[in-house]
Amino acid sequence: MSERSQAEHPKARIATASLAGCFGCHMAILDIDERLMDLMKLVEVDRSPLTDKKRFTQRCDIGIIEGGCCNEENVHVLQDFRRNCDVLIALGQCAIMGGLPAMRNAIMHSDEPLRECLDEAYITGRYIRNTTHNVPNDPALPLLLDEVYPCAQVVEIDYQIPGCAPEGDIIFDTLSKLLTGKFRGFEREMIKFD
Amino acid sequence: MSGTKKETGFSFTIDGIEVTAYAGQTIMEAADDAGIYIPRLCDHEGLRHQGSCRVCTVKAGGRSVSACTQPAAPGQAVENETPHLNKMRRDLVEMLFHEGNHLCPICEASGNCELQAMAYRLDMTEATKFPYLEPCRALDASHPDIALDTNRCISCGRCIRASQDVDGKGVFGYVGRGIHRRVAVNGENLADTDAAVTDNAISAEVCPVGCIIRKRVGFVTPIGEREFDKGLIGHDIEEKRK
Ligand code: SF4
Ligand code: SF4
Ligand code: SF4
Ligand code: FES
Repeated sequence: MSERSQAEHPKARIATASLAGCFGCHMAILDIDERLMDLMKLVEVDRSPLTDKKRFTQRCDIGIIEGGCCNEENVHVLQDFRRNCDVLIALGQCAIMGGLPAMRNAIMHSDEPLRECLDEAYITGRYIRNTTHNVPNDPALPLLLDEVYPCAQVVEIDYQIPGCAPEGDIIFDTLSKLLTGKFRGFEREMIKFD
Repeated sequence: MSGTKKETGFSFTIDGIEVTAYAGQTIMEAADDAGIYIPRLCDHEGLRHQGSCRVCTVKAGGRSVSACTQPAAPGQAVENETPHLNKMRRDLVEMLFHEGNHLCPICEASGNCELQAMAYRLDMTEATKFPYLEPCRALDASHPDIALDTNRCISCGRCIRASQDVDGKGVFGYVGRGIHRRVAVNGENLADTDAAVTDNAISAEVCPVGCIIRKRVGFVTPIGEREFDKGLIGHDIEEKRK
């Protein structure tokens, strides 16, 4: 019985990733609370930190991205999501406009914000105990980009769910409406950038 | 006899709704009285009109005019709440976000900010088509009670008019031209001026964003109770119609 109805109404597949973010947006997905059970009736989770799957096992209907791009690896992951997902959602202010990591872009009032940021973090900062006096430079570390880029500046993004972190309500509402083909934009009262 | 406001009034329409205006009133003033909200950023009650942000653009007689400076005229047909005008307003607001450094999650004006509230009202949620300019802007925390974070300044000039016309001081003024035009103070830095935290220009209502900061009061109102948590910007005006 369940097999038959599954065949008639196959579950949608979703995937999620955290790029340059704090994982707060993924935590906010859990704020959907018990409605997660309703959502799980509609979806199966593919590549995601929630399943610990590191690769896509098949094409997905929806990809959800937390965080912007601060390094080379973020760009590769984001491009991989764009290739493998029909609909791509930027979740939260970091994914939408760079968010807190983007503070290193310009508002440090420096001609070389990235250099100054690394120097302060690893060498000159008041409470730093770094016996090597070097900025970490292991080949295994992904190459930092000159700036932190919002997702929409790297690939095409279909929907953006604002907030830092977005409330569980707006995430649930958007996902359930997208999955049932009823999404017509956000209620204006639900839009929050913080 | 004439003389009372009622008798000298004339009527015109906004989105087909009949509105009464009095000689000398702008379209926006008449709309406010009638409980019709026209979006605005540089205009502020009690300050002389400046007409610079153009967020209040309406169509009157087929022409685009700024409602905060355009006098109302008898029989005029004004368009305000149309998809075309709102899209143009949204683009203007979006460009203001891109021209400065607006990181709402770390801003103490968040929830009370008119720029942010305007973005909510105008549905600024789609992936951006403008580049982030990320300019290098000055931060002045020299004054014991006031700080100025020009990363968030939208050059609305409200502080300039408030300081000049209400406080009689002239602490703030513009420097530079075009995209480089910035608000600046009449001294080396804020501490060097006669700005006081009790000035009208420094009050919470004058600066629409989180640029003029009163020290030691940030984040006092919890999330959920801030001004625009209670309703969309303009709802207080719109409620007059109900
Ligand atoms: S938007 Fe906020 S909660 Fe989400 S990843 Fe960025 S900082 Fe964390
Ligand atoms: S001034 Fe307003 S729009 Fe700018 S960061 Fe602060 S809350 Fe956001
Ligand atoms: S400091 Fe505030 S009030 Fe003054 S011009 Fe800038 S945004 Fe407007
Ligand atoms: S409010 Fe009319 S131009 Fe700014």
